[in-house]
Amino acid sequence: MSGVVGVVVFPGSNCEMDCIESVSRLGGEGRLLWHGDEDLGGVDAVIVPGGFAHGDYLRPGAIARFSPAMNAVERFAAAGGPVVGICNGFQILTEAGLLPGALQKNRGLKFLCQPSMIRVETSESSLTSRASTGDELSIPINHFEGNYTCDDETLARLNDEDRVVLRYVDNPNGSVDDIAGVCNEGRNVVGLMPHPERACNDLLGSSDGSVLLGSLLDMVA
Amino acid sequence: MKFTVLVDVRLRSGIADPAGATIERALPALGYEGVSGVSVGKTIRFTIDAADEQQAISHSEDLRDSFLTNPVIEDAEVTVSPGAGDL
Repeated sequence: MSGVVGVVVFPGSNCEMDCIESVSRLGGEGRLLWHGDEDLGGVDAVIVPGGFAHGDYLRPGAIARFSPAMNAVERFAAAGGPVVGICNGFQILTEAGLLPGALQKNRGLKFLCQPSMIRVETSESSLTSRASTGDELSIPINHFEGNYTCDDETLARLNDEDRVVLRYVDNPNGSVDDIAGVCNEGRNVVGLMPHPERACNDLLGSSDGSVLLGSLLDMVA
Repeated sequence: MKFTVLVDVRLRSGIADPAGATIERALPALGYEGVSGVSVGKTIRFTIDAADEQQAISHSEDLRDSFLTNPVIEDAEVTVSPGAGDL
């Protein structure tokens, strides 16, 4: 019996089918959810996928966060439901206040689309329970605004509370403290810039993303 | 009454501004010397209906704080003037 992972689709999302495909390959069931829907249809976990929701106008995630489905995601997260935001999904979760900090333009002002080595910093999150601290994973990044930033107080708190979930081995974008992913206080909401859903099949060059999305499926099994 | 509002959004100090830095680096090549402190932000203009100027300012500032800027990385100044026109 596997859980159902809902993938929220906004106008401009473009990674939703990769998420559905990867969840399916890993033995779960993925289901598309529309941003205009006011409930999540009883899914067991939620992925907010990558892309350019609402064209990234104003700021990435700034308009998407006001979608009816995001109100439902906020309630789901508050009740402890596992929520993962990938790339643009991470930006949306920070804009919604479900995760701290913000994603600014990459250092060097370059759009980055490349494989990236990511180190697991904690196995205590809805995305890393199958991994071990120190594991290094090859997972692609694909972003222009992936440079994680937050104030010093927030950064200290993230570190003190072991809430930096993933770090870049070789920081590609200028993110503070090499941060590639963080979680909320409850550890059920995780945001990351790398795309694990694009690394769940050896044909794509890496299947290292399976350990992350597999962890999410364990949460809902 | 109608008021015209201009919201001038800037990156907060300490937030990297790669667009501003890139423009500044390009200036000497174009023959412009002595230009520094280049920063790139954005301006948002709109017209708002309000009972008076104070309400127009208050609503515009709410809009700025809740939607038009991300306070983690941006600051913004709101300028309100009477009438629907260009600023």
